[in-house]
Amino acid sequence: LRISSNISALHNTRWYEYLLRFLLGGAVTVLAGLIAERYGPAVGGLFLAFPAIFPATATLISSHEQKKKAKKGLAGRERGRQLAAADAVGATMGALGLIAFALVLRQLIPDYSALFAIAAATAAWMITSLPIWLARQRFRVRPPVYSSSAPQSADQHTISKAHNRRSH
Amino acid sequence: LVVSSFAVLGDVLKPKSFAGLFSAAPSIALASIGLAVSQRGQLYAAREASSMIWGAVAFVLYAAIVSQLLFRRICGVLMGTLLSLGVWLTTSLALWFVMAG
Repeated sequence: LRISSNISALHNTRWYEYLLRFLLGGAVTVLAGLIAERYGPAVGGLFLAFPAIFPATATLISSHEQKKKAKKGLAGRERGRQLAAADAVGATMGALGLIAFALVLRQLIPDYSALFAIAAATAAWMITSLPIWLARQRFRVRPPVYSSSAPQSADQHTISKAHNRRSH
Repeated sequence: LVVSSFAVLGDVLKPKSFAGLFSAAPSIALASIGLAVSQRGQLYAAREASSMIWGAVAFVLYAAIVSQLLFRRICGVLMGTLLSLGVWLTTSLALWFVMAG
């Protein structure tokens, strides 16, 4: 399964959708700071891994897909939900990387420069989550699709499209 | 800005399961740790990172529950992602209380 980018997808996102996530991110950063101020860094630290923008992102993915399908006269509610579910699967693996981020940061930041510790922790996030994602893509068992009307997972849909392109 | 940058990455990348990795990027942590180091010092940031571990474990559970709710069509996207935040809060506080408290 090929990883690709679609820059034109940025045109589908409205300015207020970016603003919403910008504000949510900022609000949770401030909230984490205030909680740490009030209850100490031990409680405040929990909120550094708060899924702040995930609900907004998943909802936007779903609504964009519904609009895309609606333009073609199709009902895209189910497809939108499947794409949001695929995003959540990816987030599960990203969150495993987040554990590695926190572990590395905790180990390095007392003894090394903050910049080095943060860079190493960010690398640990990527080094942990990416291989887990690749392993899942390589080894997971995909249920066979028997009919065109059967609901497909978001990744299966991408695979089917790639397969069709190769066939033609 | 850090949070928005990761969100934009998630928008343009395909497939969506790969883009999802960036939904759990350490964006809030990068912003908050930077502030904590500059205002309170590195030991304070280390204490925050210690409890962040339990928040991240709760995030794994949260995302796994959301994916199952959506794949199994138990609820809609907005409701599933928002209601499951309760799971994140309960799990992270419980883990922190048991493991560090």
